[in-house]
Amino acid sequence: MYWLLQWLWCFFRIYGKINKNIIIKPTKNSKPATVNSKLYPIFAAQKNLLLKKNWWKILSFVLLIYTVVAGFLIKVPDLPIIHQSIRNLYFHVCMWFAMMILFIISFVYSILYLNNNLYRNDIYARQFAAVGAFLGILGYSTGAIWANYTWLTDQNQSLGSVLKEPKLLGAAIALLIYGAYFVLRGSFTDIDKRARVSAVYNIFAFVMLFPSIWIIPRMVGSLHPGAPGSDTGNPALNAQKDLDAVMRMVFYPAVIGWTLLGVWIATLKVRIQLLQDKTLINE
Amino acid sequence: MFKRIYALLHKDVLLEFRQKHTFYGIVLYIASTVFVIYLSFPDKPDGATWNSLFWIIQLFICVNAVAKSFLQESRGRMLYFYSIASPAEFIISKIIYNVLLMVLMSSISLILFFFFLTNPVNNALQFTGIVILGGVSISLVFTLMSAIAAKAQQNAALIAIMGFPIILPQLLMLMKLSKVAFAEVFRAGAVTQLSMLIVGLDVLVIAMAVVLFPYLWKD
Repeated sequence: MYWLLQWLWCFFRIYGKINKNIIIKPTKNSKPATVNSKLYPIFAAQKNLLLKKNWWKILSFVLLIYTVVAGFLIKVPDLPIIHQSIRNLYFHVCMWFAMMILFIISFVYSILYLNNNLYRNDIYARQFAAVGAFLGILGYSTGAIWANYTWLTDQNQSLGSVLKEPKLLGAAIALLIYGAYFVLRGSFTDIDKRARVSAVYNIFAFVMLFPSIWIIPRMVGSLHPGAPGSDTGNPALNAQKDLDAVMRMVFYPAVIGWTLLGVWIATLKVRIQLLQDKTLINE
Repeated sequence: MFKRIYALLHKDVLLEFRQKHTFYGIVLYIASTVFVIYLSFPDKPDGATWNSLFWIIQLFICVNAVAKSFLQESRGRMLYFYSIASPAEFIISKIIYNVLLMVLMSSISLILFFFFLTNPVNNALQFTGIVILGGVSISLVFTLMSAIAAKAQQNAALIAIMGFPIILPQLLMLMKLSKVAFAEVFRAGAVTQLSMLIVGLDVLVIAMAVVLFPYLWKD
């Protein structure tokens, strides 16, 4: 316990030192604020989000440490078939939560782009979608591994036949849609056109994604938790009913931690892209 | 507004009659595809296979039939439309035209399926209704996809890449719904629920198309 605290203390000190060098402090001669951040307060907030020392990054780190340590050590109810594999819940389910939140952020930035045609919003939309899709792939693979050990009871069953589940199909469709989004982006040479058309596709795709993730899974039976048969009727699982109190204590922090990590990665990617396209952005 | 929509629609239909080769091209496409399926089955396919084959063929017909709706418009002509009509009018006329075209093509393919691959459907009238509903929903989605793809370079291939994942949920619902015509027993009220869901999605797609098309239009 002692060395853990000491290590965390070291981390904070190094973190603070690195951050001090990165922070761009406004000097007397520098321009106070650009026109856009005056017009749209949200851009001022965006700049702070990127450059300031952020408490939520530390929070994400702490929550994930807690998730991994508590997730593997804390006592879980031992149910038949699932046994200890229930610990995968802290990873598998959280990936989907984080994915959906990142897609929503990407969707909002696409709307913002169509609203004011600022190239910066297109970069945001793209990078958040990319990280969201990556988390989706992670969620799908953790789910496949889990299904391999819990759903495959009969030796003759193949994983392919088991994975034909409405909920899994919805998730796979989501990944395909975002795959198409990146293909579409790749097929343009004109930057403005690419930004506009892919924003339109992103909005349309996100809206069409809703029935496949949120509506259809509620209507049909499935092996996955939350099917109509198990009287919850929820796309993933009903945390209030299906989880016991101890598991919920790890589950909710885990969701927040993974989401924050996703946002963190996305903001880093956005920063790199903003620097690369510095000459294109004059706002 | 209705006058202009009608004028644009009239122009599309007139164009179709003047250039009959594209229309017959799609009809030939349907006929040869169905014929290939007919040859590849030594025996007649069972109900489930028939159903899934039918919907997959619908999908490919739609890609071919709807794809040209935006690709055929040259840049200069688009500029002309831009000056005489609003984007909402233009997209609505395109949607109506594509829906009519797709319903016609669906009916032709249904007749050909009945003719070549026998009729495993119990309730033919109900199935025809589902086919028309399906044709409408598929053509709605692909109209907007075609509008998006017309802006990109390799557009024809892009329609399939973008459209297939998006149409998948609707297609799965249609396949499920059409099982009712194969005398599969559904839970009470499930059929209405499913068809209302599909209709609701169609309305959503139309709304999205009208809202989003103005952004695609400006060049």
